[in-house]
This record gives sequence, structure tokens and C-alpha cells, in this order.
Amino acid sequence: MRDITLGQYYPSNGILHRLDPRIKVLLLIGVIVLIFCTFNFFALGVAALLVATSVILSKVPIKLYLKSMKAIIIVILITSLLNLFYGTGEPLWSFWIFKITKDGIENSIYVTVRIISLVMVSSSLTFTTSPTDLTDALERLMKPLSFFKVKTHEIAMMMTIALRFVPTLLEETDKIMSAQKARGADMESGNLIKRIKALIPILIPLFVSAFRRAYELAMAMECRCYQGGEGRTRMKQLHLSARDFVALFVFVVAVAGVVLCNIFL
Amino acid sequence: MNFIEAEHLSFYYEQEDEQQNTQKLVLRDVSLSVKKGEFLAVIGHNGSGKSTLSKHMNAILLPTGGRMYVDGIDTSDEERIYEVRRKVGLVLQNPDNQLVASIVEEDVAFGPENLGVEPEEIRRRVDKSLKAVDMYEYRLHAPHKLSGGQKQRIAIAGILAMEPDCIVLDEPTAMLDPKGREEVISAVTKLNKEQGITVVIITHNMEETVNCDRVVVMDKGKILTQGTPREVFSQVQLIRSHQLDVPQATELCSMLVSVGLSLVQLPLDTQECIDALSEVLL
Amino acid sequence: MSKPILRTEDLCLVYGKGTPFEKQAVKNVNIEINRGEVIGVIGHTGSGKSTLMQMLNGLIKPTSGKVYLDGTDIHADKKKLRDVRFRVGLVFQYPENQLFEETVRQDIAFGPRNMGLPDESIQKRVMRAAAFSGLKEELLDRSPFDLSGGEKRRAAIAGVIAMDPEILILDEPTAGLDPMGRDVLLSQIEAYHKSRNNTVLLVSHSMEDIAGIADKVLVMNHGVCEMFDTTRNVFSRSEELETMGLRVPQITKITTELRKKGVPLSEGILTVEDAFKEISAILKKGGRI
Repeated sequence: MRDITLGQYYPSNGILHRLDPRIKVLLLIGVIVLIFCTFNFFALGVAALLVATSVILSKVPIKLYLKSMKAIIIVILITSLLNLFYGTGEPLWSFWIFKITKDGIENSIYVTVRIISLVMVSSSLTFTTSPTDLTDALERLMKPLSFFKVKTHEIAMMMTIALRFVPTLLEETDKIMSAQKARGADMESGNLIKRIKALIPILIPLFVSAFRRAYELAMAMECRCYQGGEGRTRMKQLHLSARDFVALFVFVVAVAGVVLCNIFL
Repeated sequence: MNFIEAEHLSFYYEQEDEQQNTQKLVLRDVSLSVKKGEFLAVIGHNGSGKSTLSKHMNAILLPTGGRMYVDGIDTSDEERIYEVRRKVGLVLQNPDNQLVASIVEEDVAFGPENLGVEPEEIRRRVDKSLKAVDMYEYRLHAPHKLSGGQKQRIAIAGILAMEPDCIVLDEPTAMLDPKGREEVISAVTKLNKEQGITVVIITHNMEETVNCDRVVVMDKGKILTQGTPREVFSQVQLIRSHQLDVPQATELCSMLVSVGLSLVQLPLDTQECIDALSEVLL
Repeated sequence: MSKPILRTEDLCLVYGKGTPFEKQAVKNVNIEINRGEVIGVIGHTGSGKSTLMQMLNGLIKPTSGKVYLDGTDIHADKKKLRDVRFRVGLVFQYPENQLFEETVRQDIAFGPRNMGLPDESIQKRVMRAAAFSGLKEELLDRSPFDLSGGEKRRAAIAGVIAMDPEILILDEPTAGLDPMGRDVLLSQIEAYHKSRNNTVLLVSHSMEDIAGIADKVLVMNHGVCEMFDTTRNVFSRSEELETMGLRVPQITKITTELRKKGVPLSEGILTVEDAFKEISAILKKGGRI
């Protein structure tokens, strides 16, 4: 419990790690849209190729990607089976209420490849971008939203503080659990109601401590002249560099490829 | 006028009981001045008002009676409150609860970012502050994996990056082990000696006060006594009767003096005590 | 010679075995603790002392080695592990963070209630534990969150004392208290020990606290038990302790240095009173006072 790291950031020196996080977030959105705009196998192939490239360039062990796939394997199975059996058109093979059509097979492949690509490309962002960089990028990208009275700075500040305090509170939970166990608290046996009741001695001290921390943190922030987002500067400036433009260029080529495949093939 | 000037300072807070509101008086008519460049220690047991006093020095609390001036600015002047907080930084007791960001250097940058300092200047200040507390090599670490002493030094660096004239530390060592204590005390001593930063440290560990310029003893919201550490600790009976510690070295010699031994002065630390006693014993 | 109440046999704890982060937190600890002893446990942060304490009441399971309580391996029967925790009471660092009940009385009763005791005897234990830890009776029906820092600490300690453990382990009970709170708490612990004659283990960074209260001192360093001897003997080895980043009480340091210079003082003086007695006797003899 002690060494928990938020997100799934995998430190390395790959080219994806060094891309501007804003570009990465925008590209992720772009690629997701692209994946859904593929209307034939060739177009889907181009999109999948793009995703595969990002996975390879991320320099993150493929094992980690497979691990993140594991969580949604059921979803993939169910959706692909549903698609397989509910296709329309001439059945190639049928049994009882099930019938498999060419259409069904195609749909099922589409869905499977799309979901896998989505998960892969999202993972390649979270693997290569630290949570702080991600919050930072989101804050800056959301900036235009403040025009619509969205409190972008406050949202980002909350994310930053959450990232900072989640490990501390986990550690605290661990400590409180041990302390109550030392007083004979029994958390492992009994029915559901009994187990929920057994959580009270842990949750109450945890809330009390969280509130105390929040109060002290607020004071510490005031001591450091925090006055909200207005007039605030940032130490870390994000600069677009050549590799960001290369990444954009690769994306544009892929978009062109998908569009061409959609129209001509 | 001195850098920090408390004039007949009083402070109470409203205590809501089931029946009535009562006023709880925490500070009673405290007058105290701190000179620029001074290293001041404030001691006293819990509830003596020492912590409340420290929170007045950067306008986290405002006096309910009397006045508090920082560099000539009345802290009750709402328009200049951030000017006061920039001049006097406050470091709190629990190092865990005053770090904001999950990367050391970003946390140190938090203060100057709030002040709207230019990015390159923030970078320069962050590096300088981290070096000043000897934590530069940890600039990319996550705070929750560091020791208490290291976290507290980062909190100090975070204040330092606002380039204050004075740092007030409210029991900065209470939650630390001896090694962490030593790290923090030697870091602030260095800031005081090398950069001339005024330091006010609130503590109840008497050994931490031995090397400062002046010690103020608080009791029941008032100043009980003040003076150089030697002047204060020489009043062993008075300090003891208020349930505060004196260093064992001082206590031993004061007991010996009370049975008739004559010493030029009461020792404050181990070495002084050894020197003084070996002179009369050998 | 009676049997030790607590004994460890080659106690080891390895974190993350087989990974690159492998860390041996406790290495081959063999100690014997007798009934009625007060033992001070010292060591710098990360020396494994807190981990060792949690192994003694079965909260942390050793990766190898055994803990015997009254001759029985505490991990032999998993069902009895909870009983071990009632017999070996552990007060964590900053125990006030575990308070949760509506009243102090109910909070202190949490342990005894978990033991399945009848109401009457729970109330008796609560009163006794509160008295031992110096909590005034009128505080018992208040919310624990309304108490002062020192009172909260005492209420939390009372919660463990109420289980009436044969061995009481306190992990830095005085951390963060002011000198008055510290003195009161230490004298309460001492009084409790005297009246119950049970075994007390006290983890502390304050050598002065340890010197004042402990019969024996256990020194941990990098997971190894480096010394386990009488307080006097341990603090006589000030140079060795200093290499482990530990100090001896200031008074011990002063008298040891004076002894080295040839002043006829006894070895390992632990309190200001003892030092005063010996030095004033020498001064009287020499006609200086």
C-alpha cells in the first residue's frame, strides 16, 4: 500500500515521454475521433497502424499494455459476440436463434479492433505522461473554457491537491487500520452488515484527519499568498518543439490516409 | 521602528457553548519587538499563546486589541495583507499538511507563482531556495516519500522562494526525530547567519534555543520573561515552576551553585558544563 | 529464573522479497523479555524498531523466525491471534488519531468490548484505565474531539490500557507533547507499571525519557538488535551509540567526559540527581562547598 503510484506513469526517456503534454492530449482526442471515422477495413488498418506506432514509440513494455487490456477483455468479448450474432443479411451459418452473417463478422472485427485501439492509445498517453504533467496540460487546454465561467484554475488546483494527498491518506488509512486492529477490531469476519460496521472505527478517524489536513493546508496556502488563479504565473512553461510538429505531421498524414481510404476504397 | 512590533496585542476567540458565547482570551497585552536580522526563540507550554502570537506575525490572525506592525505596515490593513505575508513567511508544525504539489520543485514554486513572478525568475528562486536548505538534489522527488526533516526543509524552501525578510516557524520540529530536528535547526541558523534573514522560532525544546540571540518565555498569554538564553536559563527556578525544561547541564550546575559552589556563569550546553566542572573538580 | 514472558527466535522481516526493492527491515532478532521489566527501545528512524514492535503483537507476520508469548508461538493458531493483541497492547505513535467514538467513555471501551467482556466489567475497566492515564472523570462523557491535545493522547492510551494487557508497548508516547504533558504522561506510565507490575516497552527518541524510566534498553540499528542490556550499561557505550546516530542523555555525556578526565565518578550516570549527589560529595571532600 505504501508505494502506491497514481495513474500508470512509466518513467522512461522515449520520444513520446518528451512530447508536450498538451499535444499528447489533443492528439489522443484526435486519434479517438479518427478511429470512429473509419468506414472500411483499409481506413481502420491505417488508424490501427497509427496506434501501433505510438505503442512502439512509447518504449513501455508491451506486458503493461496487455495488463491494461485484461481489465476490459470481458467487454470486448461481449460486444464482439453480440455483433457477431446480430448481423443482418444472408446467414452463412445458423443454429437455433443464432445466425452468423458476413455483415456480423465484419462488424465484430470492427468493434474489436476499435476497442483495442482505443485502450492502447489511451494507455500510451497515461504511460508516458506523469499525472502532474497531465493536470498541467488539462489546465492549459481548458483555459478557453474560462470564457464560459468554467473555473478551470480551481479544477486544476483540486486535481493537483488530490494527487498530492491521496498517497498520504492511503498511508494514514493503513496506520489507523493497524491501530484499531491492535485494539481487537475484527475486519475480516462476519456478514456484510458486520463488516460495514467494522469500517466505522477506520472511516471516522480518517475523515477527521482529512478535515484537519484540509484546514491546515488552507492556512499554509494563505501563508504562501494564494489568491486564486488571477495574476498567477507558472514556473514551468510549455514550449512546442520540433518533435511536437513531427508528431502533428504524422497525425495529419494518418488522417489523410483514412480519408482517402474512406473515399476511394 | 523595529521590523516586527507588537503593541499591547490582545487576542480572544468566541467559544460557543450550549448556553452562551464566552470569550477565550489567548493573548493578553503582549508588547514585543523583533529587530531585523535577529534570531528569536519563543518558548512556553501548550496553551501559553506562543502559536497564536506567531500567527499574528503574518496576518493569519488579526489582533482583537492593540496593534501588530510588520516593517511599518499595520497587519489589520486589509489592502496590504499579501505584502505582509510576502515579508514574513510562516512555516507550520506538520510538514505533510503544508506541501501542495506532488513534485518538490513545483511545491517550492507555489509561493512565487502566487505572487505573479516571471517564470525564469521563479526557476532561479526555486533552485536557490532548494540549495539553501540542502535539498536541491531532491527537486524532482515526490514529497510523500521523503523524511520528516526533509519535508520540513522543503516547506522552508517554499517560504524562502517568496524572498521574505523574516521566517516565523511554529513548532517546526515537534513532529520530527532528533536527526530531522538537527537538519531543520541548522538550516534556519544558516539562513539567519548567512543571508541575514530574521528568524522567529516557536518551540518547547529548550536545546534548540541555546544558540539564538534572544529567548521570550510565554505563559498564560503573557510574556513571562525574556533575555539572552543565558539570562533566561539562569532563572532555573522560574522556568521549572512553569513546567518548562532547562538543559540538564544548566540544571546540574544550578543545583551545585545552590549548595554553595561558585561559578562565573551557568553553562548552557555540554561542553561549557564539562569545562566549568572540570575546573572545579580537578 | 522464571520463564521469559516474551521471546523472539531469529526474527526476520523482508519486504518485497525477490524484487529489486527487496529490503530487510528486521534481521535475526533474538531477545528475551521478562515479566515486570520496563524496556526502553531506541534507534533512529527506519532502524526497524516500530516494525519490530508490531511483530511482537502479531500485526506484522515475520517472514521467518518466531515470537513466543509465554512459551507459545503467536502465529501457531490463527484464531488466537486476536487474543495475542489483547495480551500485548500496542499504543501507536500519535494514538489520538484513532479516536472515533461519540464519547471518551465509549472510545476507551472499544478494546474491552472487542474482547467480549460483560458490560459491568467493561465499565470497571474504563474507569480504572481513565484513572491510570490521568483523565478526569468529567471528561469521560465528552466527545474525544473536544479534548485538548494532551488529553486526547491520554484517552487513546487509556483505550489500550483498558484491555489490561500483560505487556504494554508504547511507540513514542510523548512525541509532540510539551514538557509538562510529557512529564505527566511518563509518571502515569510509571505509576501504572508499579501498580500492575506488568511489562512495558517504551519506544522513544528522547534518551532523557528512557534514562528516567527504563530498566533495560534495546538498541536497534538497520534492522539489527545491536544492544540489549541494562540502561546503565547501554548508556556507558556512548561512542558506539554515536556511530549509530544516537546520543546519550546530556547528563550521561557530561559525567562520562568528566570521568575520562579523571574525576572519580561512577559509570553511566543517568539522572541529574545522581550526578548532583556524586559531584557535590566530591566538592564537599575537596572543601569547595
